[in-house]
Amino acid sequence: MSTTEPTARTMSYREALREAIRDAMQADERVFLMGEDVGAYGGSFGVSRGLLDEFGPERIRDTPLSEAAFVGAGIGAAMGGMRPIVEVMTVNFSLLALDQIVNNAATIPHMSGGQVQVPLVVRMTTGAGRQLAAQHSHSLEGWYAHVPGLKVLAPATVADARWMLGPALADPNPVIVFEHGSLYNREDEIGVEDAAADITRAAIRRPGRDLTLVAYGQSVWTALEAAEALVTEGVEAEVLDLRVLRPLDTHAIVSSVTRTHRAVVVDEMWRTGSLAAEVSAVLTEQAFYELDAPVGRVCTEELPIPYAGHLEQAALPNTARVLAAAREAVGGDG
Amino acid sequence: MGDFLMPTLGADMTEGKIVTWLVGPGDEVHHGDIVATVDTSKAEIDVEIFEDGVVEELLVGVGEKVPVGTPLARIAAVGAGPKAVTEAAPPSPPPPAPKIPVPASAPSPAPAPPVSTDGHRTRISPLARRVAADLGVDPQTVTGTGPHGSVVRADVERAAGTTAQAPAPPPPSEAPDRSTAMRQAIGALMSRSKREIPHYHLALDIDLHRTEQWLTRHNEDLPLAQRLTAAGVLLAATARAAARHTDMNGHYVDGAFAPADGVHLGVAISLRAGGLLTPAIKHADTLALEDLMARLRDVVQRARTGGLRASELAAPTLTVTDLGDRGVDLVHGVIYPPQVALVGFGAVRPRPWADGDALAVRPVVTATLAADHRVSDGHRGALFLRDIDRLVQAPEEL
Repeated sequence: MSTTEPTARTMSYREALREAIRDAMQADERVFLMGEDVGAYGGSFGVSRGLLDEFGPERIRDTPLSEAAFVGAGIGAAMGGMRPIVEVMTVNFSLLALDQIVNNAATIPHMSGGQVQVPLVVRMTTGAGRQLAAQHSHSLEGWYAHVPGLKVLAPATVADARWMLGPALADPNPVIVFEHGSLYNREDEIGVEDAAADITRAAIRRPGRDLTLVAYGQSVWTALEAAEALVTEGVEAEVLDLRVLRPLDTHAIVSSVTRTHRAVVVDEMWRTGSLAAEVSAVLTEQAFYELDAPVGRVCTEELPIPYAGHLEQAALPNTARVLAAAREAVGGDG
Repeated sequence: MGDFLMPTLGADMTEGKIVTWLVGPGDEVHHGDIVATVDTSKAEIDVEIFEDGVVEELLVGVGEKVPVGTPLARIAAVGAGPKAVTEAAPPSPPPPAPKIPVPASAPSPAPAPPVSTDGHRTRISPLARRVAADLGVDPQTVTGTGPHGSVVRADVERAAGTTAQAPAPPPPSEAPDRSTAMRQAIGALMSRSKREIPHYHLALDIDLHRTEQWLTRHNEDLPLAQRLTAAGVLLAATARAAARHTDMNGHYVDGAFAPADGVHLGVAISLRAGGLLTPAIKHADTLALEDLMARLRDVVQRARTGGLRASELAAPTLTVTDLGDRGVDLVHGVIYPPQVALVGFGAVRPRPWADGDALAVRPVVTATLAADHRVSDGHRGALFLRDIDRLVQAPEEL
């Protein structure tokens, strides 16, 4: 019955998400998955492939193409005592359900004085880099991170894809999970459990003393690549994976920069009003006298993501741009 | 011609350390040139030379600490000097060109420019600023190597001569001792004052409503930087009064009082990192109020950022301490030896004031005098304070 084995295994981010859903559904009858094409088709990104056969159409539910309707249904189910996982194909389409998420899911627990809880998990894809054009490629997670009442997660690693769903379902508040589209095929070895599988703290993915690269989601990997390249220049960069976009682990951000005294934030949102802006503001407020250089930001160019591959790549944060910002922060001219 | 000696840069100074030489052998120097920077343990002071000549030899190297009066350099007369000139120039043209051109006033490259006046603001990172305060370094004088030429922590630490890396406990270095050394210096001087000087203290409340009315009219159309303040009027009045009351203005040395021939008003300036300096405004009694205010601003700024000159520290003949902006009413002063008096001002506050048989609310300041009983008596001190009051009532004449 159990699919867990007593040793470390290599799996993809996609498989990790699937195993997490399967695990949760086996553990708790109230858990079910619904969304567009999650059943027979196996999900637009293949996350739920095989789950229909395993759990049947009652618990793996295909929905009509109406985000407002099926997210609203998820909220109602959560209020009624279920533990729904709702998959929205991409964050771009989630705007159709924004009213449900902001005006209902995030608000009802507050307006009911805590009498009604909304233990809902909404999963959605975010990000660019796969030539899916402007309507499928934007990063809008900061919009959700703006809203009190929501928790917002951004698993960047296979382990987080595997282990963040459990605590997300256990949380009495609505939790939004952002899966960057470029991460699904990433493979890694993970253990049989993860003691640090919380949904509250940021994680240092690489320690360093000269500079903190703050990132989340796919950008964590861009930052790690840049950090490796910086070693040859004598710069030891720390990479801080935010993991949780709301509430931000400001303590981790401030204490990392208190050690390194320099920060560059890598964020695939547009620069204006981005999460990078929030991180930068936190540093100005709480670590001003630790800063030895202005906080740098590497964000997406302020335009709808282009379809053409070379233009798309030029618009996104990449290693070269992170390197340039890092060099600027440490004062060298490269 | 002679030796250039380690000067005494304050009554409490017994030794000094050469931080920078701004001249070298063969350089021509002129009266008033700044030739070196000396660390007195209270501050780094630019030291001037008071003769014309050619530097023949430097006798004390950078980093060496020597007692006051130690010869620091040998100076030869221009054109007549021994080695430097004979070797370099047979009969013909002028002596060898200075290696470092030393303009009469501006300090040359080594310690970097002070607060720049060309409108360009030195960029200093918040961390560098904080570390500079901890290490007693003036970040304005540090060459920046950070983003856009900004001064970053590493620059400050380099300037402080430390090699502190991590936020670990700072390695042994002299810089962190600065505030301790300054505290010890102040302690020694004030102990001497309390031990040797029989102080007497007087106080007088001064009505400033006329002064303030005049200031309001006077400042009406002036830009902020040129406005006069009540503190400036009090300073000017004190300087004028001191010129008349010669037993308040001078030095008590070797068992006798020597009146000074000018009023060089010491101004107590508290430093942000702790401690204080009392640079002098020379001939303060002869300056117009506007000029006195300008000198005051200048000297306060340079005291806080470094760049005070030796002659400004050695000279005070009477000190004024104005603690009004610290919000206290009354200053019981301690005289700076070898001076013989100290004038204190508290806060200017609206207070009830009897005007004839009516009660009015007036801006009032309490002026105090601490004076040396070996030189004067309370009667003389009272006349001095009353004279300050009288002068303050006619600010337009200052």
